[in-house]
Amino acid sequence: MTTIIIFCYLGLVLCIGVLSNRFFRGTGEDYFVASRSIGPFLLLMSLFGTNMTAFAILGASGEAYHTGIGVFALMPSGAALIIPTVFFFIGTRVWALGKRHNLLTQVQYFRRRWDSDGLGLLLFVVMIALLIPYLLIGVMGGGITLAQVTKGQIPQWAGGLLICLVVLTYVSFGGMRSTAWANAFQTLVFMILGGVTFFVIVDKLGGLDSALAQVAAAHPELLIKGDNISPIKLLTYTCIPLSVGMFPHLFTHWLTAKSARTFRWPLMFYPLCIAIVWIPSVLLGIFGSIDFPGLKGAAANSVLVKMIDLHAPGALAGLLAAGVFAAIMSSLDSQVLSISNMFTQDIVRHYRKGDELSEKAQVLSGRLFVIAIFAVTYVLSLVSARSIFALAVWSFTGFAALFPVVVAALFWKRSTKYGAFASVLTVAALWCYFFFQGWKIPGYTVGMTGVMPVVVILAASAVAMIVGSLLTKPPAKSTVDKFF
Amino acid sequence: MNATVRRLLYLGILVLYLLHNDLWLWDDPRIVLGLPIGLLYHIGFCLAATGLMILLVNYAWPSELDAEDEEQAA
Repeated sequence: MTTIIIFCYLGLVLCIGVLSNRFFRGTGEDYFVASRSIGPFLLLMSLFGTNMTAFAILGASGEAYHTGIGVFALMPSGAALIIPTVFFFIGTRVWALGKRHNLLTQVQYFRRRWDSDGLGLLLFVVMIALLIPYLLIGVMGGGITLAQVTKGQIPQWAGGLLICLVVLTYVSFGGMRSTAWANAFQTLVFMILGGVTFFVIVDKLGGLDSALAQVAAAHPELLIKGDNISPIKLLTYTCIPLSVGMFPHLFTHWLTAKSARTFRWPLMFYPLCIAIVWIPSVLLGIFGSIDFPGLKGAAANSVLVKMIDLHAPGALAGLLAAGVFAAIMSSLDSQVLSISNMFTQDIVRHYRKGDELSEKAQVLSGRLFVIAIFAVTYVLSLVSARSIFALAVWSFTGFAALFPVVVAALFWKRSTKYGAFASVLTVAALWCYFFFQGWKIPGYTVGMTGVMPVVVILAASAVAMIVGSLLTKPPAKSTVDKFF
Repeated sequence: MNATVRRLLYLGILVLYLLHNDLWLWDDPRIVLGLPIGLLYHIGFCLAATGLMILLVNYAWPSELDAEDEEQAA
């Protein structure tokens, strides 16, 4: 029964994606940014849905299982303030520049802003490399969920493959419009089903008071921040949500907005949406310690699915698993589409010699790159056994550390391409260093002081941007005038 | 008036950012309104962020973007 419901859900998402293809105008601009026609509700749902992935559902509950309520303070609470603030100061301006200069990608903007092909190429490589761990958590999350709810009848590798195929199909069919529609539908599904899951499981545990009392008796440390999180870690973690300023998929979604006013809804309701999704995830992760004590490390990724399976088997488990899928797919689609957009515009189209690439060829190129990226991600998901939360945080760290690049591009006329080069290369070098340190030591912080690596990389990146710009010749006035 | 309100709202972002660090609740195990107080505080923080964003959108909106948009449409 569970499996049938999951397949029905996947079929429904496919139908929505394929149906939206009827509105496809056959142009590159329509495929990649939906002809800049997305309204307030769809923009809110797609920005939010894109940002909430396996990380927010499986990763959050897995991390809360080990760390307790502090997880809510670490991620969603800080993000509730920082993400809309970034949308307010950065997103709206990016949208205006995108419309004025007919931009389709982030790389295109930075390349033109600093008049440098080399910088565009470097950013393309760095951003794809940073996005791969983020894609990975979606594919892994899909595999884990399906394997768990079907009790191993569908192995993890098959679940991951299924997720890839469904997303691949609807993204290929309708591009951004299809992605936005499917995202809106799936975001509503995972918000509603997340609430349903919470109430059903908490009811089975005897109510919220009883569940909390059981946790207080067995694991009181999960109901306070205590030694699980240090104050300096909480403070430095707030740098992580700055990553939304540099995520290629969010950048692309900003460009889809119909007008500046379209941003009003996402700005106002994002913090509320984030609380609605994370409260059940964190609490259910904590309650998982009652039913499934002793899970070690990455094994806790599946605690939510185990809870669903234990307390809500059958049809409800299928629906609830569909909610988890919804969260995963609503991110995977935008990420893959934005990568294929960058490949088509910034590599194929930009470096093509001879005639301009036809609209049809642009769409085809985007579709082929989507397939290639999915193939790489899928293969990597088969060999990765890392915590979903940890993988996501490493990806976010890299994008957050690139934040000075977008700030300088938008607000600092004197910034130069050499400053931007210095900033990006500093991020790449330091990220690799800290990533390999973190690979060896789970829960790694700088010198094990509680300071998140993102703070060091972000500060170094900002210094590199400032020093690199001030030491080099100011940009040409004609270039600056185009963007200010 | 508008510039002052705008500055105050920007200051509000900073104040809220500082309030995010609830050191005074770090080891507090109390259950308030059916939830651990450390969690309840941050749920309240999300609601406060929503309120601040509503104020920003209504009183500090970068209206030059709307003007530019209308210009382009015309």
